[in-house]
Amino acid sequence: MTQQPLNPNLSSLAYDSNTMADQIEVPEIDTVVVRFSGDSGDGMQLAGNIFSTVSATAGNSISTFPDYPADIRAPQGSLTGVSGFQVHVGADIVYTPGDECDVLVCMNAAALKTQYVHAKPNATIIIDTDSFGPRDLEKAAFKTPDYLEEMGIDPDRVIACTLTTMVKHCLEDTGMDNKSILKCRNMFALGLVCWLFDRDLNVVFNYLHEKFAKKPAVAEANIRVVQAGYDYGHNTHCSANNVHRIESKHKVPGRYMDITGNKATAYGFIAAAEKAGLKLYLGSYPITPATDVLHELAKHKSLGVTTVQCEDEIAGCASAVGASFAGALGITSTSGPGLCLKSEAINLAVMMELPLVVLDVQRGGPATGLPTKSEQGDLLQALFGRNGESPLPVLAATSPSDCFDAAYEACKMAVEHMTPVILLTDGFVANGSGAFRLPDLSQYPDIRPPYVPEELRGQWTPYMRTADGSRYWAVPGREGFAHILGGLEKDSRTGVISTDPENHQLMTNLRAQKVAGIPVPDLEVQGDKDDAELLIVGFGGTFGHLHEAMDILRAEGRKVALAHFRHINPLPRNTAEVLLRYPKVVVAEQNMGQLAAWLRMKVDGFCPVQYNEVKGQPLKVAGMVASFAAILNN
Amino acid sequence: MEYTHNDYKKGQPRWCPGCGDHFFLNSLHKALAEMGVAPHNIAVISGIGCSSRLPHYMATYGMNTIHGRAAAIATGVKLANPDLTVWQISGDGDGLAIGGNHFIHVNRRNVNLNMVILNNRIYGLTKGQYSPTSPRGFVSKSSPYGTVEEPFRPAELCLGSRGQFFARTVATDVPHTVEVLKAAQAHKGTSVTEVLQNCVIFNGSAYDAVLQKEGREKNAIYVRHGEKLVFGPNREYGLVQQGFGLRIVEIGKNGYTLDDVLVHDAHCEDGTLQLKLALMGNGDGFPVALGVIRDVQMPTYDEAVADQIEEVKAKKPYHNFQELLETNDIWEVK
Repeated sequence: MTQQPLNPNLSSLAYDSNTMADQIEVPEIDTVVVRFSGDSGDGMQLAGNIFSTVSATAGNSISTFPDYPADIRAPQGSLTGVSGFQVHVGADIVYTPGDECDVLVCMNAAALKTQYVHAKPNATIIIDTDSFGPRDLEKAAFKTPDYLEEMGIDPDRVIACTLTTMVKHCLEDTGMDNKSILKCRNMFALGLVCWLFDRDLNVVFNYLHEKFAKKPAVAEANIRVVQAGYDYGHNTHCSANNVHRIESKHKVPGRYMDITGNKATAYGFIAAAEKAGLKLYLGSYPITPATDVLHELAKHKSLGVTTVQCEDEIAGCASAVGASFAGALGITSTSGPGLCLKSEAINLAVMMELPLVVLDVQRGGPATGLPTKSEQGDLLQALFGRNGESPLPVLAATSPSDCFDAAYEACKMAVEHMTPVILLTDGFVANGSGAFRLPDLSQYPDIRPPYVPEELRGQWTPYMRTADGSRYWAVPGREGFAHILGGLEKDSRTGVISTDPENHQLMTNLRAQKVAGIPVPDLEVQGDKDDAELLIVGFGGTFGHLHEAMDILRAEGRKVALAHFRHINPLPRNTAEVLLRYPKVVVAEQNMGQLAAWLRMKVDGFCPVQYNEVKGQPLKVAGMVASFAAILNN
Repeated sequence: MEYTHNDYKKGQPRWCPGCGDHFFLNSLHKALAEMGVAPHNIAVISGIGCSSRLPHYMATYGMNTIHGRAAAIATGVKLANPDLTVWQISGDGDGLAIGGNHFIHVNRRNVNLNMVILNNRIYGLTKGQYSPTSPRGFVSKSSPYGTVEEPFRPAELCLGSRGQFFARTVATDVPHTVEVLKAAQAHKGTSVTEVLQNCVIFNGSAYDAVLQKEGREKNAIYVRHGEKLVFGPNREYGLVQQGFGLRIVEIGKNGYTLDDVLVHDAHCEDGTLQLKLALMGNGDGFPVALGVIRDVQMPTYDEAVADQIEEVKAKKPYHNFQELLETNDIWEVK
């Protein structure tokens, strides 16, 4: 795939609401970042989702980032209750939801106060002036009535409208109560943004008809308000029609859907279980930001999926181990705090050599940490967070749609090598979304459970191994293969409990060799792979941001390459060769240096520079570009 | 196919001589043989502790897992493979201390599996600490001046967590244990069987009152559904209801006849009197109740899960992954 550098004139894309109508020719734009923000009850996630879907339907590339508060409903209008949804729409491939936005929608004063930091210096700001009264300003900790001046915002960049009033007028003849009417405010903002970017409202209407299929009156009200918002834009900027069309440049033919990382992960599990011919069992306990995987899988009972919302994280994992013993594909989903609790049962699966997939949707830690924010802080926990010598494969998904392939691969590894596998995603990848080309399952590799072959009847013992070192799977119910597994060390030949020193050493070696021998693809180098002066190294969900940073540096004429890890354990065979090939290497990650530590441990003489940030927000591309340029100049 | 108890035996148990675990293991072998469950259709799941070694002596499928998690693991086994007969073997520590949370939730869900609590009121494998069923004041290595906490009474915990089957037996009474285990196996849903046994090394007199036949005649009452609650060497005593409680009467004295004596109803959904029976003993002047105390049929979790899957399958139009994809909003790029 070829990468286009970002449009260097991106900043010129944000338009000026006063002059726009005067402009006759405004070029089509390559990308735009829109951020919807408001009270957590204002429906910003829905407005953002619809705008993303509409854009994706138009063939644009999208990347989204919901940024919502940990509180369910903080006090209305308060600074802590602001919810945001950012979407990056591109004619070409977009890798990230964008550092900063070109258009910022602020449904209230608190949103402006907290979200303006995410806007480009010349971004267009849309505000509902009805929500900027004295009380609102006070709640948002504004000190003066002139909030724009207070924040240093040029009024020329602001589309200020009496949004609430207009929504009320629009719906005054419907007989709806005031509360229901106010719930439609988000649709006015959506309509206005759709007008700005020439989106097809019919797609919006279809979406709303479907979403509110059981409440046609609500659907109609929302549709009226979307149209009103669109018309408001049209009426106040009447000659600006069609100027913000975002054409699709990079088209891979196929059928697409919008998918979040969590949904893609759930789909990957379903696909893998189907391919392997196994019942899919998920034992889980609700935890942000992983719960949507449980939600998604719980829906699909028609595919035979069994989900159990267990009494705790421990039972979620333990019951999945039990399910695998009994012949199913046992999966458990969680986030960091839950992974802590699952450690013991994961280790049991290491010892019993049973398939198990553990999904860890990482969030800010330690402890409860930042539940709704993203981080890559669980890498070393995934690798080492268990007692004893406890090797297991670790994978990290690189984007929302990659979660599908990563989940599929995690299941394949777990089943074929009879081992627990930890799949790392993160809050950013899990909640973000992107266009997902519908996979054709027949094109995916087979998944073959290593059932005990019939010819071993009578001589089989539980720790006999296949050619690639995996234990065989003897599923209960099969006559002639009854056996006992457990957490105690077993004799390699007989399978009975053993504390023999030589046997423990042997079994430890066999478990390690099994995992080390799992084939993984070579590490791919992108960008200036032959003559890069700087190699950027990362893993998992930061792929888009690192790629964008590389693109920008290369557009500036620098020689830069990117090696992004998807397989953390075992590492790709060519890891050392790649890491030692370039004069300078920076390992950039959303933790304080865990991948760098792992690579230093595995690659003799590897001394990278580190770029580490744990702010709960996606890595800022601009910050990395500046930092990497400094490394190059050094 | 007919089975004998030898078809379920494996290996040489390594419990201390005289330990109740030996007796229980024999009873389990016998009960399974009498029920005729094929060994390869049985999964025996245990946690950690002396009693949790039991699966190693079974010629069935099984796992000797991690401390306290047997109930959760057994739940996964049953849901993944509902055709299996699942037994979960725990001690009082494994089942009620570290595994207490799973114990109550498995009862609440009513997963069709058989839980056995081998209750010796002590931690044996770690060499003599008090357990959550040790009586207040119990002196052990970790409570040299006596415990200052109340014990769990397993029946109370079972019924309190909506358990639908509770039975109690004494390990040394093999015929009765076999009878109770068969009833547990026959019950559809979670069954809890509390097995009273001494730890010959660290708690050798926990159940002296009922360990031997002579003691049980005086100090125990065998309860059976539909039968009068009578006990004593000559079955001369009976239980009657008095006010909110139970009372022991001597039949034929003070105007009490056999007609006044309560008939045991293990199937009564309201567990109030069953619980009263279950909590008798321990120095209150009442005999210890042995037998199936509660046995109420309720929908089981595993069947409900399977039924729901079938219902949804019949309703939803998509039944494989490719069909699932088609349920989304899809656009085409040409």
